[in-house]
Amino acid sequence: MRYLPKSPAERQDMLASIGAKSIDDLFSSIPERYRLREALNIPGPYSEAEVIQYFKARAAENSVGYSSFLGAGVYNHLRSVITDTIIQRGEFLTSYTPYQAEITQGTLQAIFEFQTLMCQLTGQEVANASMYDGSTAMTEAVLMAERLTGRTRVLVARSIHPEYRAVLRTYAKNCGLRVEEIPYTSSGAIDERALQAALTNDVAAVVLQSPNFFGAIESAESVVDKIHAAGALLVVTVTEGVSLGLLRPPAEADIVAMEGQSFGLAPSYGGPFVGVIASRDKFVRQMPGRLAGQTVDTQGNRGFVLTLATREQHIRREKATSNICTNQALCALAATVHLALLGKEGLREMAQQNHSKAQFALSELTKIPGVKRNFDGPFFNEFTLEFPRSVKMVNAQLLRDNIVGPYALGTQYPELTKHALVCVTETTTRTEIEKFAAALRRALEQPL
Amino acid sequence: MAYPTDRRYTKEHEWVSVNGDIATIGITDYAQHELGDVVFVELPKPGAKVEAGKSFGTVESVKAVSEIYAPAAGEVVEANPELQNTPEKLNSDPHGSAWLIKIKLANAADVNALMDGPAYDAYIADKAASA
Repeated sequence: MRYLPKSPAERQDMLASIGAKSIDDLFSSIPERYRLREALNIPGPYSEAEVIQYFKARAAENSVGYSSFLGAGVYNHLRSVITDTIIQRGEFLTSYTPYQAEITQGTLQAIFEFQTLMCQLTGQEVANASMYDGSTAMTEAVLMAERLTGRTRVLVARSIHPEYRAVLRTYAKNCGLRVEEIPYTSSGAIDERALQAALTNDVAAVVLQSPNFFGAIESAESVVDKIHAAGALLVVTVTEGVSLGLLRPPAEADIVAMEGQSFGLAPSYGGPFVGVIASRDKFVRQMPGRLAGQTVDTQGNRGFVLTLATREQHIRREKATSNICTNQALCALAATVHLALLGKEGLREMAQQNHSKAQFALSELTKIPGVKRNFDGPFFNEFTLEFPRSVKMVNAQLLRDNIVGPYALGTQYPELTKHALVCVTETTTRTEIEKFAAALRRALEQPL
Repeated sequence: MAYPTDRRYTKEHEWVSVNGDIATIGITDYAQHELGDVVFVELPKPGAKVEAGKSFGTVESVKAVSEIYAPAAGEVVEANPELQNTPEKLNSDPHGSAWLIKIKLANAADVNALMDGPAYDAYIADKAASA
């Protein structure tokens, strides 16, 4: 898409041809009192040299030489330059929504491959072209369950990422959904007895995350029959996609909502990420968002098109399944390229390394006096430790040793102020883990 | 063609056939022809209430998604299960096996206000002439 500048005379011509006097006339349908009167509070314009200077200064703010043990929904994984090289090709980087199949086969095929990969990873039958991120994907999965069941009560594990739950609450507030939280047990997993007690036949969906926010692997198998017996649907959320290289896919779920950041997207400033929704074929018409489908053209050649677009709001606004009317095409492409490069074996090896290194870190860290493991359930690459003092204080000490410490669970769970969520990925070296253990030992020996 | 005289018709091209207080509702041959190949039919579940003139479901064809409007008020007693897997029957047998729903009429007399076969024939002819 090209951006064409317009001269003042050309603007006047355009206004005249539609019968408007000024640009302001175009906003006449917006009531006077809602219009912004003052100028936007933004700097500029800057010259090219000033812009470059500005961004160099921002780039210099980046910290280098730190080891990170922070995960909690965003994961530092190896990325190949091949991924960036491919997604930066102009055909992908600047292309618009692929409405016109005859000129967008490359983009459509990439989306189709993405959907296929997501189905394989999640054990589901159909996946969409992507959502904005994991949190909106989870919320859309809940809304989908509401449409499918005609019910409005939703049971959500408290061990789900707190920000994901916050996004769900935001949506729920004005659309009549009743969201109830189910506590966790000493293993870190959902309290199945509390779930059972709350699970009556007015529940639309039960939402779990695995591995959950405490790093614990949830066992959906043991609850799925009860959920279905109550006429509810099981939604499984995955925030760490690499775990699927090792864990059994959540095939028993009715809807899977996943964050795909772990597949080739850098943590950056916390985005852009890519959300995934996958489900059963029979639910496809209640799925939100875009879908690419495979077909044959008039000459019998394989081709790709956007399909089932009648569920989208640009076709039927008031009857659309969701207000999402785009997808994270470039991020989905990055995930597709990344996974294609890794392959099945590569992903499994990456996942195995995450788990082995996390196991090693757990054994090193729990040797430190006063450090206990909390939540003893099986984990993937994150686990929860209890410190003898506040995690935030400890982290301030660690930062002086160039270590970005674990996530302080007290930030979101008032009952867990001394609890730290430690993340170890394949990028973490043995030396870094040993340095972290030594620094943590020193930090805890400091007088309060 | 002359439309069957054993039922009534709406301006939105639904037909309704009454037996006691049960009304069977479908779309007309004209409607299926206008829609083109039907690929999906979405119908309410038994127990759902429908209101006269209000949408109760959708028919999706390769060309468009269209609402289906209830010819009369009532409660759904049955939705045609065949259409879930064979929506194309709406194209081949719209007046017969591809009925959409059966409702228990709130007021059986409501249906009498709708067009009969000859009136619908004229309505269609008029539409064709003005098209």
